[in-house]
Amino acid sequence: MDNIEQIKINTVVNGEKVEAFVEPRLSLVDFLRNELELTGSHVGCEHGVCGACSIQVDGSVVRGCLMLASQADGADVISIEGASDAGIVADLQKAFHERNALQCGFCTPGMLLTSSELLDQKKNPTRAEIREYLSGNYCRCTGYEAIIDAVETVAIDRAGSSHNGKS
Amino acid sequence: MANLKEMMQDHILDRPNSYIGKSVPRPNAKRLLAGRGTFTDDINLPRQSHVAFLRSPYAHAEIVKIDVTSAEASPGVIKIMTGQEMAKICTPWVGVLSHLEGIKSAPQHALAIGKACWQGEPVVAVVAKTRSQAEDAIDLIQVEWNELDVVVDMERALDSDIPVIHDELGDNLTWQRNVDCGDVDAAFKNADHVIEETYISNRHTGVCLETRVIVADYNPGEEQLTVYLSTQCPHMMQNLFAKHLGLEEHKVRIICKDVGGSFGVKVHSYPDEYATAALAYCLKRPVKFTADRLESFTSDIHARDHRINTKIAVSNEGEIQAFEIDDLTGIGPYSVYPRTSGIEVNQVVNLTGGQYKNRNYRAQARVVLQNKSPMCQYRAVGHPVLTLITEGMVDDAARRIGMDPLEIRRKNLIPDDSYPCTAPTGLPFEKLSHHACLEKLAKMLDYDALQKDKREARENGIYRGIGVATFIEVTNPGATFYGIGGAAISAQDGATLRLDAKGNLIVEISVTEQGQGAEAVVAQCAATAMGISLDKVRVITGDTDVTPYGGGTWASRAAAIGGEATVQAGKALKKNIIEVAGIMLQADPATLDIYNNNVVDKSNNTERISLEEVGRICYYRPDTLPKDYQSELVVTRHYVPKQFPFAFTNGVQGCYVEVDTNTGFVKFKKYVVVEDCGTVINPQLVDEQIRGGVIQGLGGALYEECLYNSEGQFLNGTMADYLVPMAVEMPDIEVGHVETPTLESELGAKGAGEAGTGGAPAVIMNAINDALSPLGGKVTRQPFTPERILMAIGKIT
Ligand code: FES
Ligand code: FES
Repeated sequence: MDNIEQIKINTVVNGEKVEAFVEPRLSLVDFLRNELELTGSHVGCEHGVCGACSIQVDGSVVRGCLMLASQADGADVISIEGASDAGIVADLQKAFHERNALQCGFCTPGMLLTSSELLDQKKNPTRAEIREYLSGNYCRCTGYEAIIDAVETVAIDRAGSSHNGKS
Repeated sequence: MANLKEMMQDHILDRPNSYIGKSVPRPNAKRLLAGRGTFTDDINLPRQSHVAFLRSPYAHAEIVKIDVTSAEASPGVIKIMTGQEMAKICTPWVGVLSHLEGIKSAPQHALAIGKACWQGEPVVAVVAKTRSQAEDAIDLIQVEWNELDVVVDMERALDSDIPVIHDELGDNLTWQRNVDCGDVDAAFKNADHVIEETYISNRHTGVCLETRVIVADYNPGEEQLTVYLSTQCPHMMQNLFAKHLGLEEHKVRIICKDVGGSFGVKVHSYPDEYATAALAYCLKRPVKFTADRLESFTSDIHARDHRINTKIAVSNEGEIQAFEIDDLTGIGPYSVYPRTSGIEVNQVVNLTGGQYKNRNYRAQARVVLQNKSPMCQYRAVGHPVLTLITEGMVDDAARRIGMDPLEIRRKNLIPDDSYPCTAPTGLPFEKLSHHACLEKLAKMLDYDALQKDKREARENGIYRGIGVATFIEVTNPGATFYGIGGAAISAQDGATLRLDAKGNLIVEISVTEQGQGAEAVVAQCAATAMGISLDKVRVITGDTDVTPYGGGTWASRAAAIGGEATVQAGKALKKNIIEVAGIMLQADPATLDIYNNNVVDKSNNTERISLEEVGRICYYRPDTLPKDYQSELVVTRHYVPKQFPFAFTNGVQGCYVEVDTNTGFVKFKKYVVVEDCGTVINPQLVDEQIRGGVIQGLGGALYEECLYNSEGQFLNGTMADYLVPMAVEMPDIEVGHVETPTLESELGAKGAGEAGTGGAPAVIMNAINDALSPLGGKVTRQPFTPERILMAIGKIT
């Protein structure tokens, strides 16, 4: 709005420095989508329920619709595009693809980032734990089972390869 | 004879290197995984503006006065439009079809004129530079409303003291249908047992994770309207925008990129979408509308609001002797355009009890208007309701006579060897496999072991139940669904296949991708028919300027109808390629085939010339071909089923649950689906359609409900208040198949996208009621919430 004062922010998004002036009311996900044209993060509910807007900020996955762009001042932000290009979620992407753990793909960026966070925190999650951890991410298409399978496959593979690495 | 042998050799299910029946991953999924999909809201055009809508805050209210003076002065505002002005650009519509005899509805406008008929109906459109500016301006619009009495409860919609929503219709009864087959009265009179019950299927909605989105642009230089739309049916929308904006159809282009879930929600036309297109036309610049979640809840179609009184007659020996139903459904204030809101109830009337031998069947259905969001077709249209009541009645009968639920079904299901035959209402069944599916399910469930486990658990005060529900499902409709009723909705679909100069295959097809994997399945069909490898195939969908004219994706038709069109186009193109290769090789085309991207000797698959070389010569060196010969490396074929109005599929779902009688919570212990969708083109995609469909069905059965108060106010229009299934509470699902291909098409595939949703509510209800039966409790009202379960067993009142 013309008469609202804009706030200056400095952030790093997907490894690139970003300096921008934002409206105080602008959410982080709208900032990424509309100002930076990073449209991989999606908006499903706009009030923190569905997880489609999941974004990594300073190492933790947050809801981009609940965080304001102005709060990202000084933060390190990684969206699905950055995570994908950096190869952070490559094994998850491969497993999702092979297992068809996505249909329309609208929930998928959020699912990948949240699964990635789970696997960083816990090496061998049970299926029940994966289900629990992903319960803040809604998927309307898959019925979830394929997603749980894919995450479980990656967990097992990662555990196997780290074990091999040690021996 | 040689000819027949040749034909068989060339049959699509008999090709070497076939991709049919293989679980190949979807090529288009990779961009979505990388966050590089293009959903419609991801599209932004130069000079784009945004529209937001002032929607009626009341369920039924006269619009006395609208004052937009201060809104017009609000920053960024480009245009404000009310109903009267809109009506000059966009004509109204009436959601009726002639084959639903007697159905009536009132003219509906893109923006309400005179009065608003549901909370959420668009009334004023504000276009501004940004969406937030448009929303800011809406806050400044003053509307003077005169609240009117509302019609909320469908049970009372026809009472004489209830207002008529549209005076010109005379009453709130928009459609009714009665059927009476066999001798129902005699059957009930002579029956050993008659069991009556009332079932309630709750109003719920699709909740696509991507809301409805449209970006419309009008170029006055070309007189061309281009609409980016998240839709299931681009050509239908092309027709509708052209018709109601007064444009030539070929000057309207619909482009549908990635769709974030549709489930039937995006197969209809919506007032706000017409308004957006009209505003782009009027402003001669791009206008975007992205529904927010509250707007989705109150303006996307709802579905399944039915109250059904049922009655079944059964003999002591377990023979079902009659079904009778009385279905009342409330559809909101308008029948939705262009498919009408009569189809769901029509399915209920047509198909209730349709899997059973019984011929005595009577149905009464009434469709009434009310001041709630419009209701229309949503995934599995009618089937969740009709399967719920059919299988509820059959379980009631089994319980009454003390018969095992599998046994009563074995006794009454249409035998697998008695096809073709018809349902009592006359719909023809080509060939179904109820008994094969049922026996397979019993095995996969380990039914006897579950019965034992259930008995033992009960001795320890733990209440477990087994549910079984058989079903039939309408798929692959031909013109009988909409076309014969006057709707401009294509029943056939087409595929254009083009061999490029590098030997790759481009497929342009009129069915659309919604995440179900249509593009992958089409690629598999094309690759198999052509003898080409999958990595060389590229599939293009969702652009009316590019693909053949067609219906799109609905009624579980994309894979089977689109797939068959592709197969036929692939075979024709292969013939053309072999013909020109024969000239190049100076060989008899009858001795040639295509295998693994090469033209080969049919007898031993020896490579003769690569497709790349064929392409090179045809495009770059046609001078080396005979002067009187023109090669054709592009072929289009269409397909529509004609022998049968639909390809019915069938199957059975079974589940094992534990009900906590202190909390009312239901825990899944096992869930199995066996289904028969004919030829399975991609087993993984089919299984995931089933799984996703089941979970969507369970959502409606256990959690989802659009709640209204007595004033017609929507009470739970957020995702926090309207519950959808989450990962933590949903079961893993085992899927089994029986394959009975349809003989109508060479491919033999039937639809698979809706069967899971159709059967799920019945199976969970039957399982819960089996668990509750020792306590004398029973649930018949969806959603089967913990509260309702506790009430059923008298734990709470
Ligand atoms: S859009 Fe942020 S949680 Fe749904
Ligand atoms: S794949 Fe469509 S919402 Fe998850």
